[in-house]
Order: sequence, then C-alpha cells, then structure tokens
Amino acid sequence: MSAKDFPVIVELSTPGRVGFSFPEPDVPERPIERLLPVDQIREAPPGLPEVSELDVVRHYTRLSHRNFSIDEGFYPLGSCTMKYNPKIHEETAALPGFRRLHPYAPAEEAQGALQLMWELERALAEVSGMDRVTFQPAAGAHGELTGMLMVRAYFAARGEKRTKVIVPDSAHGTNPATAAMVGYQVITVKSDSRGNMDVRALRQAMDESVAAIMLTNPNTLGLFEESIVELEEIVHGRGGQMYLDGANFNAMLGMTRPGDQGFDVMHMNLHKTFTTPHGGGGPGAGAVGIRSHLTPFLPVPVIEKEGDLFRLDDARPQSIGKIRAFYGNFGNLVRAYTYIRTMGADGLRQIAETAVLNANYMLARLRGRFDLPYDRVCKHEFVLAGTRQKKRTGVTTRDMAKRVLDYGFHAPTIYFPLIVEEAIMIEPTETESKRTMDEFVDAMLAIDRETQDNPDLVRSAPHTTPVKRLDEVRAARQPDLRWKTRP
Amino acid sequence: MTARQKSVDVAARAQHKYIPATDAEREEMLRVIGVPSVDALFADIPAAVRLNRPLRLPPALSDPEVVAHLRALAERNTHCDSAACFLGAGAYDHYVPSVVWALAGRGEFLTAYTPYQAELMQGELQAGYEYQSMLCELTGMDVANASMYDGASATAEAAVMAKDLTKRNEVIVSTAVHPEYRQVLRTYTGPLGITVAEVPHRLGVSDAEAIARAITDHTAAVIIQHPNFFGSLEEGKALADLAHRHGALLVCAIADPLSLGILKPPGAWGADIVAGEGQSLGNHVNFGGPYLGMMATRQEFVRRIPGRLVGATVDTEGRRGFVLTLQTREQHIRRERASSNICTNEALLTLAAAIYMAALGKQGLRKVAGLNLQKAAYAKEAISGLRGYRLAFDAPTFHEFVVRTPVAPEEINRRLRRHQIIGGAPLGRWYPDLKDGWLVCVTEQRTREEIDRLTSALEEIG
Repeated sequence: MSAKDFPVIVELSTPGRVGFSFPEPDVPERPIERLLPVDQIREAPPGLPEVSELDVVRHYTRLSHRNFSIDEGFYPLGSCTMKYNPKIHEETAALPGFRRLHPYAPAEEAQGALQLMWELERALAEVSGMDRVTFQPAAGAHGELTGMLMVRAYFAARGEKRTKVIVPDSAHGTNPATAAMVGYQVITVKSDSRGNMDVRALRQAMDESVAAIMLTNPNTLGLFEESIVELEEIVHGRGGQMYLDGANFNAMLGMTRPGDQGFDVMHMNLHKTFTTPHGGGGPGAGAVGIRSHLTPFLPVPVIEKEGDLFRLDDARPQSIGKIRAFYGNFGNLVRAYTYIRTMGADGLRQIAETAVLNANYMLARLRGRFDLPYDRVCKHEFVLAGTRQKKRTGVTTRDMAKRVLDYGFHAPTIYFPLIVEEAIMIEPTETESKRTMDEFVDAMLAIDRETQDNPDLVRSAPHTTPVKRLDEVRAARQPDLRWKTRP
Repeated sequence: MTARQKSVDVAARAQHKYIPATDAEREEMLRVIGVPSVDALFADIPAAVRLNRPLRLPPALSDPEVVAHLRALAERNTHCDSAACFLGAGAYDHYVPSVVWALAGRGEFLTAYTPYQAELMQGELQAGYEYQSMLCELTGMDVANASMYDGASATAEAAVMAKDLTKRNEVIVSTAVHPEYRQVLRTYTGPLGITVAEVPHRLGVSDAEAIARAITDHTAAVIIQHPNFFGSLEEGKALADLAHRHGALLVCAIADPLSLGILKPPGAWGADIVAGEGQSLGNHVNFGGPYLGMMATRQEFVRRIPGRLVGATVDTEGRRGFVLTLQTREQHIRRERASSNICTNEALLTLAAAIYMAALGKQGLRKVAGLNLQKAAYAKEAISGLRGYRLAFDAPTFHEFVVRTPVAPEEINRRLRRHQIIGGAPLGRWYPDLKDGWLVCVTEQRTREEIDRLTSALEEIG
C-alpha cells in the first residue's frame, strides 16, 4: 500500500482490537479437546482483521462513498432496468416474520410466506400470460437454466431427441451459455436489417432437431420483434419450444403478454422489472413462467393451495429436480410482491408506457448526433453507435462512456449487443424525470462536442472518479485476487 | 383517437410517486418524438398479440395499506424471534451484528449493479476483493470467486469445474451431503453427461471404504460435506488423499462456515475446491434466500473457476484500484464456451459477509464457533440422556447432531409448538432408514434456558 492508496480493511488491523460482543457460554464449558479430535482443531485463527466497530463502520461507509448507485444518480445501463428501488420494499422484506423465518419451518407455521408466494405466482402468471411460475432460480441466467432444463425434460418425456437451440446473434451471452449447460448445440441466427430476427434465416435453421429458440423481446436492440407471430408459427410448426428471455419485460407490462405471443417458457428478472435492488450484482430473482404442458417438469417443491391452506408439493415424478436449495430468493419475492400490490394493473401499464415514452424521447434528442444503426421506434431502450466519433478523431465508445462518469451519471451499457459496432445502449426506465433525462442528453451532446474540440480530454477520462482509468490488462496478466498482508 | 387511447392518454391519471412524468411533460416529450400519442409508440406490436383488457390484479394499495397487508402475512409465520429455533440443516440462525445491514443496506451499495464501470464502483469492487481475501483466510484456500447463488448450486458448479479440470465424467458424492445439494448436483450434471454415484454414509459419516471401491480412473471428484449434513465431522484428509491417489479432486461443501472458526480449514487438509453456503456470514435465514454461494480453490485452477473475480490493479497514476478480471472465462465473452452461464450472483451478500468477517475478526470467529460447539454439546448430552432418546451416530459434531426419537419427529415438532420451540429437522423425508431421525441444531443464539426448556418438553412428550 502506498500513501495515496485507499486502505483495504486488513491494513487497518491492530492486534488485540475487537469489533464484536458475544456472551460467555451459559452452559458448562468443556475442554475443546474433549469435544473434537485434536487433528480436526484449527491450529491458528483465520487471518481476519482485528478492528473496532467504528473502524468497520467508517471503512465501509467510506467505501460506499466510492460507489455509484441509483439512489445517487441516473443509471442508464441498458438491458439492466436500473429503476428506482422503493424503500418500502426494504421494510417489508425485513419484517421478522419473513426475514427470520427458517426454510424448514413446517408449512403450517409458514402460511403467510407460502401465501405470499402463491399470490405472487398468480399475479406474475396474469402479467406474463403463463400458467405457472416457479421462484426457485436465483437470477436471470439461473432462470434460463431452469427453463431450458424443463424444455429438455419435455422432449425426453415425449421420446424426442432434439440437439440444438437457436439464438439470435443479438442475444445476451447467458443464452448460448445456458443452452450449452443443458447440453445443446447452439445455432446462431442473424438479425435482419430492421433489427428483427431474420425470418428467412430462422425458417432455414428450424427443423425437428431444434429443441427451442431463445428470444429476447423486445430484443437487445430495444426493438419489438415485429414478426413474432411468424416466428412463433415457424418454431411451433416444427414442434420446437419458444423460450423468452424476459430481461426486457418492463416494456411489455400490461401491453402484451409473452404467453399470448406464443412463448412456452420465460424467465422474469424480478430485480429488473419488479425492482428488487440489484445489490452491486445480486441477489436477483429469476422467476420462470411456463405454459401448462411444461407443468410436470417444474422444479420441486411447487406451492399448492388446498382449501385455505398452502402446502409445498415435492411428489412430482417428472420434475427436473432442484436447481438450488430451498425455494428461491424469498426476500426478493417479498419486495416484488410489495411492488405489484403497490402498482396494481394500471400502475404496471403506466410503467411500460412511460419507460417506452422516456426511451423514445431520449432517442429523439440524441439521434442527430450519434449514429443509429436501426432507425425505428424503440421500446424501453435504444442502441446508438459511436462509429461517427471514432471515425472522426479516434475517440471510442469506451472513452465516451468514461467521460459520462465525469458528468455525474453512470454510463450506458457499451459494446453490447455485439452486432452493433461501438454500441451505446441507453435505458432510462419509467422512474426518471424529464429533467434528469435532459441533463443526461445535454451531457452526451457536450461529450460529442468534446470528441471534436478536445478529444484527449475524453480519451483520458474519467477525471473526477476516485481512481482514474484502471489497468485491466495488468489485472488479468498478474492476477491479484486476495491480500497477502498478514493482519 | 380510439376509446382505449383516450383511457390511457387523456383520462385523469393519478400521478404515481414512482413515475415522475407529468401530463404536461408527456405532451412535450411526444411533441419532440413527433408522434401523436403514447399508443403510437406501441404500433409495432402486432394487433394479434396486444392485450386489450386491463390486467386482472388485485387493486393497488397505498403505502400504509401495503405495509399492513405484508405485516399481516408475516405475522402468520412462526420464526426465529417468536420461538426458540433448533432447526439448521443448511440454514442457520446466527446472531447478525447491527453493523452488517446498517452498512450493507446503504443505498450506495444496495442500488448499484455489477461494476461495469470500475472507476465509479470502487466501493463494491474493493468489498468484493476483501470478501475473496477473507474467505481464503477462513477456508485456507488460495483464491475465491465473488459468489455463486447458494451452497447447493455452488457444489454443483464445483462438480462441473472438476469435470473440466480432470476431463473425467464421473463424480462420487456421499449421502452425508445435504440431500438438496445432491438433488441440485444431479440437475446440473445430468445434461452434461456427468454420472453421479451416491455412496451411502456409514454411521453418519462418509464411508471411506465404499468410496475406495467406487472410485475409478474416470472419477473427476469426490464430494463431501464437512461438517456433514448430520452435523458430524468427516475425515477430510483421508478422503482427500484417497481422491488424489486416483487423480480425482476433493470437493468439500461447507454449509456453515462459522465452523471454520474452530475446525481445521479444508485448505489445510487437501481439499481442491471448497463450495458452500455463506448464509451464516451475516445473513438472516430469509425462508431460504437470498443466500450466498461460496467457492474457493487452488491457485492453479483459477482459470476454470466459474463466476466473477475481483482483482487489484493500478490506475494511470499508480494508485491501487480494483476491477473484474479474468473475464474470458465468462458468458458475456465466451458465450457457449463459458465456464458457467452465471451472471448476476449474490454480490450484496458478499459485502455483508465481508462486514461480518471484519467485525468478528480473528478472535470473534473463534469465539462464536466455540459458543456453538459448547452449547450443542450441552444439548446433545442432555437430550441423549433422556429415556427413549439416543444419538444416532457417534462421530464428533460441531453444532448439529442426529437424535433417534421415541415418537415420530414430526409429531414431536407439533407438540413442541406450545412450548414456543421450533424443533429440529425430521430426516425421514430424505432417509427412509432414519424415520425416527431428528436433526437438532444449537447455535450461539440458543440460551441454556431454551435448551433446558426443550429437554423438559421432550421428557414430557417421550
């Protein structure tokens, strides 16, 4: 550590200092050697820091000041739906009856929790047009895995051997990675000039060896798949299943339902659409909705209602099994349920309408100064390209994104989707005001000017963050993944 | 203008506190876009798949109403504050110091996302690095990732990692591993062509002789849990040596890392991959989630570990900083050739775990582990001394143990309710030969008075 470095906690350690308070045992204390075999006893205590409680509080408070969040400012990270996370959710999720409830509490003692899950399932089934919903997956990609395992089990039960999964070239990386984890060969189908999945290419690729197509809709370009009805006919016509990556569900709420579009299975990122906080990269919650023909394959347990009683059903012989222990990220289910009960049907529809209105407004203000590879009405997000700027002075999208940080905003998603060169993907969400969006647009326009008038200023950005541009190559070549300091 | 447009665009719209756009601003934005109505922005959705009715959902509630509703639901549950909880089995009621969520719950951490812009996200990146470091110190391993979903999925991913590392297609798992972890293991491995051989435990611990008979040149890993599902300590070193003799890896699942405050860390006895559940590190039981999947391994395996890794580096002025690194293992770059599809993980819980480990520190982990050990030993002796109750197994235990009961464990739990006690986990649902098996957990949260109350209640029942 050099003087200008921000300390890591172990560097604050002072021998003998403590930050905890536990009682002395209230039971007769036995010598440890009588309770444990000597060769199983830890010889030296773990090399953890020795710090006071105030040391801990200051250190992590200071770290929090070195972090950017929705609470602090605009976070237009496309594909991530960084909307406001209501504070009331933290209160309901922290109710002792939820937070302090053990997962193996007998069902009779957990009726409130089971009812919440059951009600949330009903609500999400209605919003998505699906028949059943499982909450077991811990995140979106985990939901993909769950959904595709159900697809696989479905074909196995029918005695059909299908070996391939089709994904568009604009897909999230998790889609092909998931298909591979489920043992499928991945076929990539290109997008057409309007940013839709190419219908002709799909028709060619689709045959009886294809288990499913994994689509995102609106897709990762922020565009609704205009040919969804045709795509559905092609896939179902050959007996395939339609998987929806629901990362972009925010744009659909109350306007159109994946079930009505013909999807058989989908995941919903509750941490996106239903605004459970992203937590710096989780916990999420990846609810998976399915049409009834996939019901036998749901992970166990499934919540059933009998009379006024809710119970957990484990006896499901065709189930794919479990994809994590217990029932899912329950704390986030409490938050999502609180949200749906707060918004109601009209509120959910207003979310979609406003998210789409906001995105189109920002697009309208930015389109003249940035390249726009797919010039259409967008849904909840849109993708620009930094190609013009790069051609002009060599300033890249990465440089511009770093410069955005100096203006007090998080940067948009960049270099994704992969099919757009120098991609800049912007998602405002419905919770941002026109004033905030205007400020961000003004910053983008100013940066565009800077790329011409003072390209070095942009190339060397960021200038106002706690650290300047970081050496990622060094991080990868000489991995330093833990401290070596001894406390 | 159609009737529906009217209802959406013109009719009095109650201004929602989460949606700031006013009617005037909507009009202005529509004008800039150059469309007559919000509906026009949805014209690309084919009519056939449009929803032409309101969603059928319960009516919206105001804040006081929604809190009252949720409180009423929560109050129907019997939880670890309303009764003395002797349930463990993979979810542990440990004391969570106030500092943990006072800090981890700060909006700056809570409402941030994956650190795609490292310069702006040094707080969570550094906390991730600190978590990785402290988990290595605790487990005795060289490197840890920045989290998996939970203990079960981490164990399954460890098996997949072992397959990739050894190019072998079989794993052996002891039935003394958590039954749900084994279920998840089968779910993950089946499609990848990995065969899972379950080797029955013997007297509550993994059966080294049976594992020796089952292990072959195709075995990628031997998977154990330590302390195991029954609370018993495993002979980790002997099993690791056995695995290594056959070129296989030893995967050690840990359901309660607080045990490592007092037990020799897996890195010290030869484990190759430690996977497990970090819920005990500052997180509540939460009806089973969110939890924290831990994964740690040896330095030489770092390029095959799934999930995110935080690394230290320097900025252009030579100052220390942190970034996500070795990302070519991951799905957003490698797509179908990634080491896992994991993306969003449990970052906030690594922060909580880091704060917990820092607050307890070198001495606190040892202290709390000792409390668990002593209280469980007291309860174990008291219960096994009751007429009709006996310990199922002899192996040494940490804070859980299996009791054979004279009355069905489910029935005991029912009768314990009027004593404000949540009884242990009945094992019959997972182990048909343990229908009278009752897995009792005693953490530092249980007082002597509660243990005595349990003992006298059992005396009455039995």
